Amino acid sequence: MALAPAITNIEELKAHPALARLLEWNPAVPQSVKFDRDELTIWVQKETIREVCAILRDSPDCPFNYLADLTCVDWYPSEPRFEVVYHLLSIPTKERVRLKARLDGSSPVIESVTSVWPSANFYEREVFDLFGVRFTGHPNLKRIMMPDDWEGHPLRKDYPVEGYR
Amino acid sequence: MTQFPTVVDDLGTGQSSERSIDRSVDSTMILNMGPQHPSTHGVLRLVLEIDGETIVRMKPEIGYLHTGIEKTCEAKFYQQVVPLTDRIDYLCPMTNNLAYCLAVEKLLGLEIPPKAQWMRVLMNELTRINSHLVWLGTHAMDLGAMTVFLYCFREREDVLRFFEMVSGQRMMTSYFRIGGLALEPPLGFFEKVKKFADRFPGNVDEYENLLTGNPIFMMRTKGVAHLSAEDAIAMGACGPTLRGSGIDIDLRRDAPYSGYENFNFKVPVRTEGDVFARYLCRVAELRESIAMVQQALAGMPEGPVKADAPKVVLPDREKMKTQMEALIYHFKIITEGFAVPAGEVYQAIESPRGEMGYYIVSDGTAKPYRVHMRGPSYANLQTLSKMCEGQLIADVVAAIGSIDVVLGDIDR
Repeated sequence: MALAPAITNIEELKAHPALARLLEWNPAVPQSVKFDRDELTIWVQKETIREVCAILRDSPDCPFNYLADLTCVDWYPSEPRFEVVYHLLSIPTKERVRLKARLDGSSPVIESVTSVWPSANFYEREVFDLFGVRFTGHPNLKRIMMPDDWEGHPLRKDYPVEGYR
Repeated sequence: MTQFPTVVDDLGTGQSSERSIDRSVDSTMILNMGPQHPSTHGVLRLVLEIDGETIVRMKPEIGYLHTGIEKTCEAKFYQQVVPLTDRIDYLCPMTNNLAYCLAVEKLLGLEIPPKAQWMRVLMNELTRINSHLVWLGTHAMDLGAMTVFLYCFREREDVLRFFEMVSGQRMMTSYFRIGGLALEPPLGFFEKVKKFADRFPGNVDEYENLLTGNPIFMMRTKGVAHLSAEDAIAMGACGPTLRGSGIDIDLRRDAPYSGYENFNFKVPVRTEGDVFARYLCRVAELRESIAMVQQALAGMPEGPVKADAPKVVLPDREKMKTQMEALIYHFKIITEGFAVPAGEVYQAIESPRGEMGYYIVSDGTAKPYRVHMRGPSYANLQTLSKMCEGQLIADVVAAIGSIDVVLGDIDR
């Protein structure tokens, strides 16, 4: 089975409910899209992430009401360095969509989505702990896996596998 | 009066982190439960703020079992990650193997032969039975019903023997490989599973006789640790916890993988949203799982158990000894791995505890750029505070049992 080439043309993907809803709301918000291996990825501006999530959650036809996962990828040494990744699931229609927001390495800050989904609490703490990305508006942004006095963020690519010596 | 700083400065509910308790006035008390507490099923620490016996607030403290598996994955070849995935959720190793293998196969665009798919379904349902039996035994024991534990572990032993037959290991099986299975199932395996599957529904009746109508068990579970459907979605519950609150979702039916579309099964849903509802969901799942094992045995296709992809799948031992090419492929896979086309996938499957997702990013090399495991226990643990606030301390034990957490899955 050969892999189908990825589709990156926004016009071809308009039918997907998540993208349709975002374009209807504000056509400038989806920066770029990719449909690869049956999964849709939408890049959005980091300033709009909370609003985008709220819009998709309350979408009338296909509400993406469930935050399946929230994580981060470090693209060190290229800039923008971090990509925060949101996996949303629509429980009524079983559609999935992946949102991404790019952050600079110098001051990785993004708005928290805990006000949209309280379940984002632990996920954002984990990303903060392991990547050092800060979430503004998070009720309790503390380390979750590592001890409170730990130095560094282990999942960053410049953090050695065996720890600092 | 002297002001003492609190043991916990914030219980995670957004209140001031500089709060201190004046113990002469304040009627609440901080109680520490765990990390070494038998009912927390691992090293989970709960910080409870209690007023008498009633819980005002609670905060789970995790991270005691953090081993950095996600970081380790980035330093391994794709095929070397499989044994690591067993160690995440050690009660359902095959489910983790499957989620990881499916994700990598999706990245590669690899087709899996039917027999391997059916074997994967068979082993996954046995894994679900194994996991639910441990849950049922320990949950009942937490609530004072000792007998059920012994009954459950008797049947679990049978399932572990099946694991040992196919993989040589009872718990850390690593039986699934990228591109299929590690080995053909041994002779006599299907007959033994068949015997077990014929007997098992009677065993489930035994457990239900001990628990379902038992007045003590009902009093400990009915109406306890209630979670509404809205809260369950907002707090990110999944699996039987979500289905116990009336949300009809099961990825095996809604987004079939590995040939699940060929199986007939019902998804048990309860609307009560309490501990008893989650108990009923899981017990009904035990019956559905064994019915699926029967279907898998009856319809098991013939054929190879590995995909025809010599650059990804290790060759048979016999071929390696007789064919030059097979030996070269073997050497190359072992020493330099295999390159996976750049891209990313999120593969979610239904584990015994709920949605288990593997998010893998590939940069085109032989090592994964990023592997993230979305653990169902991690998601379910967040609902615990919601369930327990306003309940009694004794009910916390029932609530922890009802969401069926595995700390290896939470901390990774």
